[in-house]
Formats: sequence, structure tokens, C-alpha cells
Amino acid sequence: MQAATTPRAGSALVPEHPLEDLIRSDRIPHIWCPGCGIGTAFAATLTAMKSSGIDLHKTCMVSGIGCSGRAAGYVKLDSFHTTHGRAIPFATGLKLGNPELNVVVFSGDGDLFAIGGNHFIHAARRNMDLTVICLNNLNYGMTGGQVAATTPHLARTTTTPSGNPDAPFNLPLLAWASGATYVARWTVLHTRELTESIQKAITKSGFSFIEVLGPCPINYGRRNREKALQTLKLYRERTIIRNHADPSDLDVDFTKQVILGEFVDKERPTCIENYDKTCRLPE
Amino acid sequence: MEFWRVPLDAQAIEISRGEVHVIEDRCKGCGYCIEFCPRGILAFSARFNKKGYHPPEVLQPKSCVNCHYCEIICPEFAIYSVDLSSLQPPGL
Repeated sequence: MQAATTPRAGSALVPEHPLEDLIRSDRIPHIWCPGCGIGTAFAATLTAMKSSGIDLHKTCMVSGIGCSGRAAGYVKLDSFHTTHGRAIPFATGLKLGNPELNVVVFSGDGDLFAIGGNHFIHAARRNMDLTVICLNNLNYGMTGGQVAATTPHLARTTTTPSGNPDAPFNLPLLAWASGATYVARWTVLHTRELTESIQKAITKSGFSFIEVLGPCPINYGRRNREKALQTLKLYRERTIIRNHADPSDLDVDFTKQVILGEFVDKERPTCIENYDKTCRLPE
Repeated sequence: MEFWRVPLDAQAIEISRGEVHVIEDRCKGCGYCIEFCPRGILAFSARFNKKGYHPPEVLQPKSCVNCHYCEIICPEFAIYSVDLSSLQPPGL
């Protein structure tokens, strides 16, 4: 086996990593902790972008603040790391300014659903042609593991040492109710399904939303007695794939069962189509 | 693999073979590739990388079927497999 590991990757003998052309390899190893799920979800996004056949010169990635927000800095495409919670408004502007672009928003649950919650529901309501990928690690990882809008009931965090008294958001239900045209949920363990789903979402017009459950071993996992591998085993044992399930059944509660799959796949006129039809009348 | 009865299409099925490559200095030792390799051919090595983690090593290189699961589960872009048939230069 030494023969495979000693020569440098990219040399004549050893082919490069298949995503080497899409990552800024001078910044790798990235800042994400050992066992963090963001890297896997990010790799799935890049693979999906590549295999979907879209023009990558006309593809942009936008992220907000947080661990997942760093993704925009690692992709070798036009990308923007916006202020906290404002990934979707920035992406909306990008899309309206140049409707030819494929805009992918890659951000975390805190960014998209806590400070950016309003932007999310309104972009979904207008059916902006965006692909929103939300890495849900169930807490505010970057700032030290505080309780977030997605922290499960009774889960321990830095700010809820005796357990979270509140109920979390059901993200696919929120997206469905706001009018998203594509809604799916996977975990980082279901990478193949996730990649296929992202590919579908990128090629589909309209507001697509994909929730990716990923472990946060350092902040969430440590306080809830879950090592990174244990979280992945939980994903294997406590999840069930049920496409087109009722969105109100999709709560994330790992003491019971978590439903994964594709929940919404419908057509609706996009924001730009509706605007052109209403406000840009033929002369 | 041992069969109690040889499948009827055993001759027609071609099992793909892969070669695993590890970019050791990118590895952070999460162990996902080792745990989830369907052939169980990876293990932590005894040596350290630049960051002080134990990168995986391939124990049975011949058993890799090039499923790419280590590649897609790795959060670090540190491990990947390539089809062995495309690697061998013609004439070998």
C-alpha cells in the first residue's frame, strides 16, 4: 500500500482527488473540526454541481456566518461570504441582477433560520430561483455551542445546561408552508441520496431547500454524550426514508425516528417569471 | 467471496477494482472511512501526519471494489479511490 500513499497526489503516478479542481486546495485542511459533517455536505454539493452539467462559470455560492459559512471561501468558483443571516437576500440580488446565474446558498441552521429566518420564508414565498442547502448541526457551533432554533427539546447546550425547554423548528415544514418548490432532508451518512437530491435541486427552477443533518462532535456532541461516530450510527439506526411524507411529521427527535427523503417536488412560477408577466408588459 | 452455490451469472459479472489514495496531511482522524468501508479494508495507521492525527491505511488493497464511499463520506477531501483498470498503462 505504501506505493499509493508515498507519491504526491497530482503527480504523474497518482491521479488527483476528483474535486481538486473545485476546491481552493491551498486553504485545505479547512477549519472544520475532526468529525464535523460540513465537509461531507460541502463535498456532496461540489460533486452535485459538477455532475449536474450546469455551466460552472455561471454558478455562484453564497454563505452566511457560522461554521458552514466558511464553505464559500473553500470553493474555487465565484462565491461570497455575506454578513450574518443575509445569505439569501444577497443571493436574491445576485439572481435578479443576472438571471443567467445558478445561485447556490450553502449555510447553517443558525444563519438561515434564526437571524435569517424572515429572509428564508420570503424568498420561498416569492419562489426565488435559488438552491438553499442548510447544514443543520442542531446548535450554534462556531460561537461555542449555544442553543439554536433547531436544538431538539431537552438537548443540552452551553446555554441550556439542564436541557432545552423549547421545541425546535421543523425545517421542511417551514419550507413547505412558505411555498418552496423542492424540499428534501438527508443526513451526511446518506451522501449518495444527498448528492442526487442537490443535483435535482440545482437543475430545478424555483426555490429548492435541502436540509442536511450533520454532527457537531465538539460542541453539540460533547454535551449530549455523542461522539462523531456515534452520531453517524444514530443516523443509520434512527432514520427512515419516506418520500412525500406529511411535512408535519418531520420533527427531528432522535429518541424516536427521524424521517428523511424528498418531501416536495412541484412546479410554480418563479419570482422573475411573475415579475416579468406583471410589471414588464409588452409595449 | 465464498458462495454456497455459484450464481448463474457469476461469469458475466465483472467486479470493479479500485486503488485507494490517501492525502495524509489533510486527514483529521475522524475514522468515518474506516468505519463505513463496506469491505472493511481500512485501519488507522500507527504513524502521525503533520497535524498529529493517525491517517488511515489500506490493509487489503486487493479487496477494494472502487465504491467511492470513503471518498464521499470523508469531510476532509483526504481519501479517494480510482478505477484500477484505468490506472494500468497498456502493455502491463
